[in-house]
Amino acid sequence: MARRVLLIEDEPNIIEAVSFILSRDGWTVHTHSDGLSAVARVRAHPPDLVILDAMLPGRSGFDILQELRGDPALRALPVMMLTARGQARDRDLAMRLGASHFMTKPFSNAEVLDRVRALAGG
Amino acid sequence: MSRAGEAATGLAGSRIRARRLDAGMAQGELARRIGVSPSYLNLIEHNRRRIGGRLLNAIARALELEVAQLSEGADGALLARLAAAAAAQARPPAAPEEFAGRFPDWAAVVDAQARRIETLEAQVAALGDRLAHDPELSASLHQVITSATAIRSTASILAGGEALDRDWQARFHNNIHAESLRLADSSRRLAGYLEVPGDDHGPTALSPQEQVERFFEAADHHLPALEGETPAMQPEEIAAEAPGLDAAARRMLIHRLAQYRADAVALPSEAIGAAWSETPDPLAIAARLGQPLERVLRRLAALPAGLGPPRAGLAVCDAAGAILHRRPLDGLTLPRGGAACPLWPLFEALSQPGRPLRATAKLPGARAEGVSCYAVASIAAPAGWNAAPRIEAVMLMLPQEGGAHDLPERAVGPGCRLCPRRGCAARREPSLLPRAMTGEGGQALTG
Repeated sequence: MARRVLLIEDEPNIIEAVSFILSRDGWTVHTHSDGLSAVARVRAHPPDLVILDAMLPGRSGFDILQELRGDPALRALPVMMLTARGQARDRDLAMRLGASHFMTKPFSNAEVLDRVRALAGG
Repeated sequence: MSRAGEAATGLAGSRIRARRLDAGMAQGELARRIGVSPSYLNLIEHNRRRIGGRLLNAIARALELEVAQLSEGADGALLARLAAAAAAQARPPAAPEEFAGRFPDWAAVVDAQARRIETLEAQVAALGDRLAHDPELSASLHQVITSATAIRSTASILAGGEALDRDWQARFHNNIHAESLRLADSSRRLAGYLEVPGDDHGPTALSPQEQVERFFEAADHHLPALEGETPAMQPEEIAAEAPGLDAAARRMLIHRLAQYRADAVALPSEAIGAAWSETPDPLAIAARLGQPLERVLRRLAALPAGLGPPRAGLAVCDAAGAILHRRPLDGLTLPRGGAACPLWPLFEALSQPGRPLRATAKLPGARAEGVSCYAVASIAAPAGWNAAPRIEAVMLMLPQEGGAHDLPERAVGPGCRLCPRRGCAARREPSLLPRAMTGEGGQALTG
């Protein structure tokens, strides 16, 4: 069975491109665009890996990450954060909150694939 | 502050010594020419004897100098600023007094540059703050990066060389097109936002407050157009015509001018001028003319020459102690940006609005005369039901010269970084002054 990625991102064209490259690489890609209901979505169908944008409508990606890490069942779930602001402060915050990896936009497709494979395989 | 007529104090001796050495004259020779013993001249040169006007004249003649060149050294505030400027360097040069005494014009240049650097540093910090926290800027930037991300990712799929069916290809082309339009729009908005506003005249590197301050300085703090029963102009007209103001400064200026007008209506210059010449006591004037003290204080600092106090300074702050408005007294003023000495009566007044305070403020160092300070805090704006009031404190500063002053004395400083006072309980950061100027405690927080 194909491994499942949940992409939590609200920009339609980014969703489409990232979904495409991951699907072509053999992943089953689910997408979710709303910050408020993101945690419930993860709990309902836990994926093998989450790609989480930092800036979402309704709720920040950092809050979502914190709640995920507070749940013992989700503590080990690989979460890769995406952010448009590459400041050290955001990176520190993401890593402190338990992100598995932090990637700054605009990213390269190859980089995303490499990281996703590494995180899900490890 | 010339003391040439009576006696030169402070460091006149150092200047005499420097000038004598410049002239290549032996101490004994100068002593002979002015008719004192070499050992007495030696004491004078080491600032251990005060030197009278007659002797100073004789020395000036012997060294072929103007008396003022010997008697008027740099004032203490300038020396402190020079020392602070020096302290900011990796290898601070010593003896600011000698430098200022021998090269007064160059010392003024160094001082002006140091002030300019301080202003620019504050502006850089403000701009940095703006870049980091401005919501509009960060939203536009986010939009640009989002579009760039989508375009990069999509374009690299198309350019990747792997087979794509026609539908996907068309979709991705459409997406790139749509994102590129968004990017064009958001990048244009970003560029426009970063551009210096075009409707401002002149360089507006100054903060709005500084621009307003400059306006009042240029007018010498008196605005005839707003005086009298029927003023020649309205605050809005004056602000509209004032050159070199940006929009924010213009709004602040209108607010200050409206207050000026209200003060002028309540206290016409002739009335307060007459009251002042009869009893130079702000509180007595307030009682007699039936006006609040804060208004009297503001008004006394805004009268034309000949009507009120000949020289006056003013400082206005809000409940956080931020300086809102100020008029320097002979160059003496309270620094902005939280750097002011908390011992000024202005700040004490904040703790009990309505309670009038007066004191003789004594600054450290060469500025021997005290400054008469009259301060009061009051509710500056009606706040509305259950709303927090806006408190403003006002302090009038008048020079004390000659005559006795019975106001209680109070030690104040130029702000911790430039203050030589040791063991001050109000100190919040160490002095920048070298130890030589502060005594041994220069670098210690509490001395």
